[in-house]
Amino acid sequence: MPTLGNTQLKLLEKLCNAMAVSGDEGEVRTIVLDEIKGVVDDVKVDALGNVLAVKKGRSAGCLRVMLSAHMDEVGFMLVAEDGDGIFRFEMVGGMDVRQLVGKPVWVGKGHLPGVIGARPIHLTTPEERKKTIPLDALRIDIGPGAKAKLGDRAVFATRFQHNGPSLVAKALDNRLGVTTLIEMLKNAPTNIELLAAFTVQEENGLRGAKVAAHAFDPDLAIAMDSTPANDLPAWGGEENVAYNTILGLGPAIYVADSSTFSDPRLVRHFLAVSEAEKIPCQLRQPGGGGTDAGAIHKGRAGIPSLSVSVPHRYSHTAASIARLDDWRHTYNLVHAALSRITPNLLAGER
Amino acid sequence: MKQLIQKLTETFSPSGYESAIREVIRAEIEPLADEIRVDALGNLIARKGTISSTGRRIMLAAHMDEIGLIATHIEETGFIRFAGIGGIRPLALTGGRVRFVSGVPGVIGTDRLPDLATAPTLEQCYIDVGATSRKDCPVKIGEVCGFERPFLDMGKRLVAKSMDDRIACAVMIEALRDLKHTPHELYFVFTTQEEVGVRGATTSAFGIDPEIGLAVDVTGTGDTPRGSKMEVALGKGPAVKVKDSGMLADPRIVQWMERTAEKAKIPCQREILEGGSTDARAIQLTRGGVPAGCLSIPSRYIHTPSEMVDYDDVLQSVRLLTALVSNPVKL
Repeated sequence: MPTLGNTQLKLLEKLCNAMAVSGDEGEVRTIVLDEIKGVVDDVKVDALGNVLAVKKGRSAGCLRVMLSAHMDEVGFMLVAEDGDGIFRFEMVGGMDVRQLVGKPVWVGKGHLPGVIGARPIHLTTPEERKKTIPLDALRIDIGPGAKAKLGDRAVFATRFQHNGPSLVAKALDNRLGVTTLIEMLKNAPTNIELLAAFTVQEENGLRGAKVAAHAFDPDLAIAMDSTPANDLPAWGGEENVAYNTILGLGPAIYVADSSTFSDPRLVRHFLAVSEAEKIPCQLRQPGGGGTDAGAIHKGRAGIPSLSVSVPHRYSHTAASIARLDDWRHTYNLVHAALSRITPNLLAGER
Repeated sequence: MKQLIQKLTETFSPSGYESAIREVIRAEIEPLADEIRVDALGNLIARKGTISSTGRRIMLAAHMDEIGLIATHIEETGFIRFAGIGGIRPLALTGGRVRFVSGVPGVIGTDRLPDLATAPTLEQCYIDVGATSRKDCPVKIGEVCGFERPFLDMGKRLVAKSMDDRIACAVMIEALRDLKHTPHELYFVFTTQEEVGVRGATTSAFGIDPEIGLAVDVTGTGDTPRGSKMEVALGKGPAVKVKDSGMLADPRIVQWMERTAEKAKIPCQREILEGGSTDARAIQLTRGGVPAGCLSIPSRYIHTPSEMVDYDDVLQSVRLLTALVSNPVKL
């Protein structure tokens, strides 16, 4: 089984540096289509912009397995111009307005440099500095004469870096998943029919996955995503009881989040393969959040689903951090689990 | 029927982990149904009858899952932190007992609270299963539990955990037992994952593609001291849902239910529920849309370990449900 090396790192870098705010995923889609060209048996772009690719199995009756990874990322949309290249904007997807102030951004197809400006310390009072600056007081400033239009998207201007054991970038959520899925197609297990969905609009409500699942109508589905790690030591030496995931412990297997109860048969299978193949993994703390699986498992008459995520710190901010080894283990585990999957897995009742 | 209610309410099956209750219900309906299947989300689907010239394909849904808790972290000292499954009220947790699906019992404690007058948050609660360390704790992250509380027969009133919605499962089972003949193709569906967003009903309704949908579920009441402003009361018969916060019942379904009750001399009351919804919400929005409504069993103290219903309401609900599906339906 080929593992992730420099080629895949280069691809991840390219994908992380690309812009694909929900609803405007063209830049990433182009890279995906280019990568999987000639590798898959069938590929199309559906009405919402999902890339749906099929890699057939070696036998006709094999399980049809949907793998999804969302191409979109959280970001901004310009909504009004105040003049002089100063724009009001809205957030797209779940973001914390406290994270925005003072960050450089890229705007539109040309990745025009801009900044989310704020009054400097010289001109603010101590009282003002205690308060969060509300979104409607923030602007993206790209300077006069710059060619941007209302509706253009913007993202944090963070270039990918490989830093020792770590990956530092914007949009690791979910270019990690997208890169994994591309590699999975290139090295597809032959015991299954692989139905790859590079989905759109996950960050604003799992919209692409919903129609992709309906179209594929698979026997089972795995959503490959990225999930926050809140694993820094708790303040005051107390036990950290709400870490979600921990960097370095491998892929995060979901039992439950607020959108899905993973199919217990799939959870058991992945844990068994992890143990047999000695690939580390961790259980994500059950709780909030959601992935494409939230839409997929409710598709048609129901689709057994599981989510597997790469943990990363500082999700949905300008720069998040993941461990290269966690990503490698994620790819290896999903590949090994799929290679060992048989129709028997779903023969018993959930 | 009280024995059946006891058996159903004393089974532990929080949302997503309904296999135990599914086996209990399957054993009851196996001799009664024409065909039984389980779908990908674990819904138990029993068909009764084949469609005649005056019949319709009708889906009846009662959810078999219950609210519960799921372990999120085992502390070094063996205490279990958890998240809720469904609408958990911290006020009803303290001092309560739970039982994990694996059989392990536990009690719920809280951190030292700064102020005893306010309810704890979920984050301030933990489960104590008698472990002394993470190592000897018999529960792992991701395991789920339900509330432990024995069934209580007060004669006219019945009290149990998970009356929501096992009482409706009991009503469906008894209606299936009492049903002599039907012109319809009936699907008695015992759904999963209702408490976390009517998920089982969403997929089972797609699979069945019904012409009419009817959920059977509990509803709140307004008959307790300084309680909610609500017309529904225990002992006044099954409630016909007009509206809740997730659905407007099809007026034709409301009319069908009320006329049937009148004809059979079954007391019933109208229900408008301000907070909450049922499987009917999912059924109504299936595919191209389905006329849907809900037969509600009035219940006090919903989502606490002591949910109370009136036994006459339960018996009348069985009669109403049986009458509804025994004859042709004109909408």
